[in-house]
Amino acid sequence: MKTCLVVDDSRVIRKVSRRILEDLGFEVAEASDGVEAMAWCSAVMPDVILLDWRMPAMDGLEFLKKLRAQPNGAEPKVVFCSVENDLEAIREALDAGADEYIMKPFDGGIIAGKLGYLGLVA
Amino acid sequence: MIPLQDRAFVAELCLARAGLKIDPEKDYLIESRLAPLARRECFSSSEAFIDALRHGADDRLAWAAVEAMAQSESEFFRDHQVFAELAGEVVPALSRARGGEPVRIWSAACGCGQEIYSLAMLLADAPGIGPVELFASDLSERSLEKAQSGRYSQFEVQRGLPSRMLVRHFEKDGEAFALSPRVRQMVRWRRVNLMDDLSRIGQFDLILCRNVLGQLAPEAASRVLEQIGAALAPGGGLLLGHNDSAGKDFVRVAPDMALYATANARARSAA
Repeated sequence: MKTCLVVDDSRVIRKVSRRILEDLGFEVAEASDGVEAMAWCSAVMPDVILLDWRMPAMDGLEFLKKLRAQPNGAEPKVVFCSVENDLEAIREALDAGADEYIMKPFDGGIIAGKLGYLGLVA
Repeated sequence: MIPLQDRAFVAELCLARAGLKIDPEKDYLIESRLAPLARRECFSSSEAFIDALRHGADDRLAWAAVEAMAQSESEFFRDHQVFAELAGEVVPALSRARGGEPVRIWSAACGCGQEIYSLAMLLADAPGIGPVELFASDLSERSLEKAQSGRYSQFEVQRGLPSRMLVRHFEKDGEAFALSPRVRQMVRWRRVNLMDDLSRIGQFDLILCRNVLGQLAPEAASRVLEQIGAALAPGGGLLLGHNDSAGKDFVRVAPDMALYATANARARSAA
């Protein structure tokens, strides 16, 4: 079973995402900021990370840069998931190593489509 | 709920005008498609709207009803592997076969333009592919207007469109995302009812008609296939949806996509 780490400081978003991802057949773990997410990744690297941008402690972009600098940090697919919808911001996230970008609000169809495009969902 | 006889009237209208196969039993479908139109046209309900249609409302309203019933969900890069093959293999092969003449491509039921723009974006990025001419048509004026504007909502640009394509080809315009003029200008648009006489539509090297035939009554689907077959240039290809049936006049020419050639053209070239 593929694993997905959901990183978001909103408990509601984590819950909604978890439900969608479990329906798609993922095993889901949660983290509420970049520091917590980094601890998860040091223990077990997930197959995909759904990553919020604005978070306390360590934000999504900083986490992504740190992750990609790790020895096996290139492995997981990273899908940003943020209310930020300026194309400049999306470009910055992609340039920093994100594989895909979801603008909130999202639904199950959008997540399934993006993960399908990345080859993670049949 | 819309009374069954009204639903039957709508189904009959759609069949007569556009060959559409609408099941009058599907009251939810009919209500959900007609209710927004009825509101837009200031009727108190779908029933009142259908009543006006039955009692000689103007033709524009009747067409608006048919167009609303014909609408289908559309997304960018639907079955994305197909687009990679079209841009990477099919179009380059056609281009070589045309020896520098433009490859003419027609999206025959283009909806709001996502299909033809998906191909246009790939072709715009493909180096040395040779000249292409892209045409797109739909039954619905409303869909065509939206397609031509190249403006999509945040929700629509997240349906099938990879983020890298979004940042490469779109600009933010208020709340909407606007496709670059460079890609928009690659496509020419026209209202076409596939039930009309298409003998003067011209010849195309590649015709995209995916997930359309299944919406049509059997006689209408046969007519569309016949007309499209006649519009295929020698050596041209017809791309259908995975679940569409091509009938006996076409043969499948690709193992992993629903790409067809006319059977008699193939016989001719084999002879």
